[in-house]
Amino acid sequence: MKELFLRDIRVAFSSGNNLVTNLMFFLAVIITTPLGIGPMSDVLSHISAGIVWIAALLTVLLGLDQLFQTDREEGSLDVMVMGTDLLALALIVFVKCLAHWAGTILPLIIASPFFALLLNMEWAAVGATVISLLLGTPAITFIGAVGAALTITLPRVGVMLSVIVLPLVIPVLIFGVSAVYTLTTGTLTPITPLLFLLALTLFFSVLGPTAAATTFKYMSE
Amino acid sequence: MRLTGTDLTAERGGKILFSGLNFSLVSGNLLTVTGPNGAGKSTLLRIIAGLHKPIIGSIQIEEAGAVLPRAMFCHYLSEKNAMKPMLPVGENLRFWGRWLRARDYDPHQVLEAVEMAHSIHLPYGILSTGQKRRVALARLLIAWRPLWILDEPTAGLDNAACSLFTIIMKRHIYSSGMIIAATHLPLGLSATLNITLQENRI
Repeated sequence: MKELFLRDIRVAFSSGNNLVTNLMFFLAVIITTPLGIGPMSDVLSHISAGIVWIAALLTVLLGLDQLFQTDREEGSLDVMVMGTDLLALALIVFVKCLAHWAGTILPLIIASPFFALLLNMEWAAVGATVISLLLGTPAITFIGAVGAALTITLPRVGVMLSVIVLPLVIPVLIFGVSAVYTLTTGTLTPITPLLFLLALTLFFSVLGPTAAATTFKYMSE
Repeated sequence: MRLTGTDLTAERGGKILFSGLNFSLVSGNLLTVTGPNGAGKSTLLRIIAGLHKPIIGSIQIEEAGAVLPRAMFCHYLSEKNAMKPMLPVGENLRFWGRWLRARDYDPHQVLEAVEMAHSIHLPYGILSTGQKRRVALARLLIAWRPLWILDEPTAGLDNAACSLFTIIMKRHIYSSGMIIAATHLPLGLSATLNITLQENRI
């Protein structure tokens, strides 16, 4: 499984992949949203965590269709799936999700503090956003794996995949943003929403790969 | 080692491709599957590889009465090559070697067998169609698996590569391997068994 993780990471960081494009898209969403809201810096700093989260969510959704599609088109998915039982298949999906997260989302999270400066964010809020993204975005990948597995046989699935995945990631978004708000407003401790985020990630790290593996098994029958 | 297909019936897209297919082969056998386009050759191979479920019937791979798991005993090569275009050729083969838990051969050795050793550091994606196929065939050698399931293995290969692959197949058969190949082209060695699928127009 380690070799699969390393291969996927190497593919994600190899030339001709979407790493830079993803970062540009992430930046583009962050830059254009304030332009649409108008020149009110207090409003902006109030909603900035939400903007970063939405931008991250959209960027992740854009790349999700690549999670299994390239492996399927090349034929490596068949070779890996051949002769595996459900549990081993779920583990393969889990490892692929981790590699996808580390290869496409982690760079976004690392870049997000710099981009957040454009939104007039306080340093504490920047820190809370980064932590909430670190804890919450794996859940998006695991949920996305189910959508990517369901739509794998369809051509150009981008939009349909987003329609399937978006409703399911609403809780992640809510707790992710509220972790930042509770910190900046000082009303409640941010620990609670962060723990909820962690719980969501752990829950979907089991459910997502299992559901995706079941889809693959069902497809071959 | 014995592979038995019992009473296989398969459908694709609501159409019955073949029915009541029985065959059995043992180590050292070559089974060729022939027939017109759309007759179900690839589907039959996918069924043998366990990637497609027949409506009726079953496939069993066994040795001395014990049922063998497919992952440890099969190589499946479809019309796709299962290589990442942006990674170097050697990197791709090394990955499959580790994935298949093979310690016997390194990428350089298996690439030499298909006369592609010069490409070990090149990205797979820049190779020509025939060169890509040669590298894909090298994957069969990186880990020893008794049963090779090959879908049009020589598609896109030039004459030199075809005869090279004939030798590779012969060597595999002689070392008591088993090959199942769907093909339109002569493979250069005589098949123990041949299944000709008819086009089912119903």
